[in-house]
Amino acid sequence: MYLRDFYGKAIARIFVTESTVKIMTKETSLEDRFQQYVDGENKVEPKDWMPEAYRKTLIRQISQHAHSEVVGMLPEANWITRAPSLRRKVALLAKVQDEAGHGLYLYSAAETLGADRMDLIKDLLSGKAKYSSIFNYPTPTWADMGAIGWLVDGAAIANQVMLCRTSYGPYARAMVRICKEESFHQRQGYEIMMTLARGSEAQKKMAQDALNRWWWPSLMMFGPTDDHSPNSAQSMKWKIKRKSNDELRQEFIDKTVPQAEFLGLRVPDDALRWNEERGHYDHGEIDWEEFYNVIKGNGPCNKQRMDARNKAHDAGAWVREAANAYAAKQAQKKQSSAA
Amino acid sequence: MSNKDNWKIWEIFIRSRNGLSHKHVGSLHAPDAEMAIKNARDVYTRRSEGISIWVVPSESITASSPDETEPLFTPADDKVYRHPTFYDIPDEIGHM
Ligand SMILES: [Fe+2]
Ligand SMILES: [Fe+2]
Repeated sequence: MYLRDFYGKAIARIFVTESTVKIMTKETSLEDRFQQYVDGENKVEPKDWMPEAYRKTLIRQISQHAHSEVVGMLPEANWITRAPSLRRKVALLAKVQDEAGHGLYLYSAAETLGADRMDLIKDLLSGKAKYSSIFNYPTPTWADMGAIGWLVDGAAIANQVMLCRTSYGPYARAMVRICKEESFHQRQGYEIMMTLARGSEAQKKMAQDALNRWWWPSLMMFGPTDDHSPNSAQSMKWKIKRKSNDELRQEFIDKTVPQAEFLGLRVPDDALRWNEERGHYDHGEIDWEEFYNVIKGNGPCNKQRMDARNKAHDAGAWVREAANAYAAKQAQKKQSSAA
Repeated sequence: MSNKDNWKIWEIFIRSRNGLSHKHVGSLHAPDAEMAIKNARDVYTRRSEGISIWVVPSESITASSPDETEPLFTPADDKVYRHPTFYDIPDEIGHM
């Protein structure tokens, strides 16, 4: 008994050690080579070897990004039928359609990593997957269309411009395409803000109110502060992310504050002031409790957004079925005419 | 949600104008080729990016493997004589 135990363990230990070392050296050298490759500013393409964690991180990030584009259509779609002029209406319609396109580019990029689009969509509809918390805020006034284009698309652009240089090829290419389209989104939003800010007292008030409500959630779009963002370091090392959350946030603030001043609107932050020494704006504390609360599902519109998404998906089922039936019928026709 | 909702994937190629080749722009889902072209029109040419679309089922594409990169492509690296600069032609001959 004792002997068998002793030998059993001893043999098992030798076996494990040998094979583990073999696997580990092989894995290590592959991972080292991957890191060197990425360090050399080379792009990773779908069929290249990549660490499993790199693949998983990308699938999660790209699909969350895709979901954000899709859910992001909802707050704005709310105003398409009530846009104040035909000019504003065609612009908003085109913008919302672009966001649908962005979602599709991103789902495609995720699929190059072996993800299945329907699985990703199922995760969104069941509430398992996350999307940007900004889209859980309501859009009660027309000025919100201005503030979203200016601030929310503005913040998204800062992030997406950085991602044009991400290490995964298909993601970077999707970002280049998206960035080309985003610039119109921000400009149409700023134009709305400008019109309101230069309008009647009531219009100006409406613009200020929208800025008050969207400013802080926009800053939260960049995610937790660097010291509370545990996965950031690895993403930076793999060059998926090229700038930290705080860096991007600062960039956005520095760019946006003068734009608010030009509008004659007040950024709702008493601590906001130019820091000559740093060459940046200092800003007040972000309410992270609110941020985590919205992420957890307790934002003002989380439920509404999920319900709308599910309703749209279910209501579209007959279209997908009809398209399938039509495709099957066409294929059959072709086959019988060939016979 | 049934799996039949999951239309197959198509790779999309777009010719931006006559005189240029079709270029790969991305992929999308569609139940058949005809719908793939319609979807590609909406997804990839919203800003006059193209005048002609090719759609190819992704499953029909056979790609070389990254592992074969060396044997496939390095043999060309040491064949400098395939390039015009390998040959010495006097300057007075002009452009050739
Ligand atoms: Fe977008
Ligand atoms: Fe946008």
